[in-house]
Formats: sequence, structure tokens, C-alpha cells
Amino acid sequence: MKVVVQLFAGARELAGQQQIEVELDASANVGTLRTALLAQCPALGPLLPHALFAVDTDYATDETTLAESSEIACIPPVSGG
Amino acid sequence: MIKLTREPLDTAPLLATAQSPQAGAVLLFLGVTRQHTEGRETSELHYDAYETMAVQELSTLEAEARQRWNLTECLIVHRLGCVPLGESSVAIVIASPHRRAAFAAGEWLIDTLKERVPIWKQEYWADGTNAWVHPTEGKR
Repeated sequence: MKVVVQLFAGARELAGQQQIEVELDASANVGTLRTALLAQCPALGPLLPHALFAVDTDYATDETTLAESSEIACIPPVSGG
Repeated sequence: MIKLTREPLDTAPLLATAQSPQAGAVLLFLGVTRQHTEGRETSELHYDAYETMAVQELSTLEAEARQRWNLTECLIVHRLGCVPLGESSVAIVIASPHRRAAFAAGEWLIDTLKERVPIWKQEYWADGTNAWVHPTEGKR
């Protein structure tokens, strides 16, 4: 399946794009997405180990499963306030 | 009440909303763009957000604060885009019958906002360089 990952802040800058399309197995979870994302976009390397992911606007763990329709966002360490 | 805005923050209407005969204490916290950070000079900050999720997380913070403390009002407004020196990026207004709850809730809200809400700042330094701020060792 194909999923779209939204990128923000430093992740967007490193990747040079606002979102990135990733091809995954149908049984993929956030953990497998991390691996695939790094392979597809090595520039994200410095930030990815520190980033969280959100699925359908809730923070996810590496075990959270994904669907093609999931709204997925890569959340690098936040710095609001 | 939760709001994201690209306009300068106007605290007067927030305080007017919060002030009531039930609230013996009204607290205002402002996060302000600071000129000097560890010897470096900032010229301005830019803020970006994952807006739908940021609103949702801020609403959760408001609900948690109202559950933990007796609050008569809880307002959080975060500015996005460019925030020049001396201007506010975030305003938190807490009203409570007594001051201790207001201080405790205000401190918890800004601390937790900085840990949890998907908003990011980009430092524009006076030397012309810029960098996104992504704290990785508990320094926020």
C-alpha cells in the first residue's frame, strides 16, 4: 500500500518537501514506516530517531498499524511556547 | 478556549473574558521572543504547527487542567508565523477562585505545551542564519 507522510519544521527542511509517499506492506506499522522512510529519504537520518509519529492526529507508537487512508505525520521534537 | 492565530496577541479581551466575581485570581502568562539566548542574538522567531493536531492537543491540555484544578476560565492562544522581538508567541490566561490553583495550572500548562503540542519554532539569528529548534535532551 501507499501512504503519505506529512513533514514539518526541520524534517520538512531536511527532506526538501512537505510530504512524502512511501510504499509499504499491507501489514505495516509505524516501526516499519520509520525504516522505509529512512531508506527512501536518508536526509531525514539525524532527526528521525528523535521524531514521533501521529496517526489520524493522535500520537502513535512503533506498534501502531497503518492503513492507506491513515493521516500520518512525522513529528520532530516540538518547540512551541 | 483554544486558538491558533497569525495576528499579534491581544491580551485585553482574554483578561476581560477571564475576570469574574467567581475568580479571586486571574493569571496571565506570556511567552515572549527573547533577544539573547546563551550569548547568541535572535532577530525574530517563526512558528509552524500541525494545526489540526495542535488544536486537539491544546484542547486536551485545557480539559486536563480543568480536571486537576478548580478553574473558572482557561484560555490558550498560540501565535504562528513570524513573532518579532518582544512580542508574544503564546498567551495563557487562568482564572480560579484562589491563586494557588491558578499558578499551578499556569505552570503545568506551559510546561506540558512545550512537551506535547506539535508546534515548532525557527530561530532567525541576528547573524542572518536560521535553524529549526528540535530539543532532544529535555532542554526546551
